[in-house]
Amino acid sequence: MPTQVSDEAVEKVIFDGLNEIGTDGEISRSATFEDLDVDSLDLVELAQIVEEEFGVELDGDSVKDVKTVGDVIDLVVSRAP
Amino acid sequence: MTADTQQDVKGCAVVTGASRGIGAASALALAGEGWPVVVNYRSDGDGAAEVVERIQREGGRATAAQADLTDPAQLEQLFDGAEAEFGRVLVLVNNAGMRADGLTPQLGRSEWQPVIETNLSAAFHTTRRALRPMLRARFGRIVNVASVVGTRANAGQANYAASKAGLIGMTKTVAVEVARRGITVNAVAPGLVETRLTEGIGNGLADSIPARRPGTPEEVAACVRFLVSDEAAYVTGSVLTVDGGLSA
Repeated sequence: MPTQVSDEAVEKVIFDGLNEIGTDGEISRSATFEDLDVDSLDLVELAQIVEEEFGVELDGDSVKDVKTVGDVIDLVVSRAP
Repeated sequence: MTADTQQDVKGCAVVTGASRGIGAASALALAGEGWPVVVNYRSDGDGAAEVVERIQREGGRATAAQADLTDPAQLEQLFDGAEAEFGRVLVLVNNAGMRADGLTPQLGRSEWQPVIETNLSAAFHTTRRALRPMLRARFGRIVNVASVVGTRANAGQANYAASKAGLIGMTKTVAVEVARRGITVNAVAPGLVETRLTEGIGNGLADSIPARRPGTPEEVAACVRFLVSDEAAYVTGSVLTVDGGLSA
């Protein structure tokens, strides 16, 4: 069953996911993926985690403009069923 | 930092088209290295059962799994089943293949499409599916069974040649995409190997092979085994030709 999608739930999953993937520097909503040294393949992994948790598919096109961790959280919340 | 070794990771191998020939030999070789093996087949259930039996007799773990990989649902089911039985799929050998020969004017859509779908498109979709757990595991081995016909002309096989050349191109690009995650993607390119697939095309061809004989499935499987091994961790995006010198 997909988790109930609240802003906090998405934030937790994405922070945990980033921790698992491994980042440089502190994870926050305003941190950019560039700051965190999160590359394109890391984003693919993050998209997988999000899909498994929330059933929200993030294809290449939709993540190409995201800059910060907050951008992804907002994107997932806006797309959640 | 050293790469993870196979002893550090737990998972299994999926070999497509493994009921006979190069696929069967590869399944046996990987089982011999300790990998639990999913022996995929499309129609030859007896052949697959025999492969599983041989692996088990030799002390290995294996299961047969029917799936037509041109069908997305069956492909998904193959991986779900493998994960349920043996855990993450960390080794994938894309071996399933077919041929439908003819000179180009005689190759219709019904010869072109299934060959491309089976030999190339299915291998892409299995690769895509397999990469998910491999990325998470920071370990993976993908070996695509191509052919010397992918880089060298063979009259009467435009469809087969295109599919195998495509497989080689795909191998290289996927390899560079995932190399930094400890995943290697390579191809083997057999020449003339005595299998059911090559029945009837070997006559007279042996003379043109420098080694003066066709290869065996086991000789190709030995290369697959190497590419899957820890020793081959730094080999990626490469094509290992196994053809008795045919394309040298």
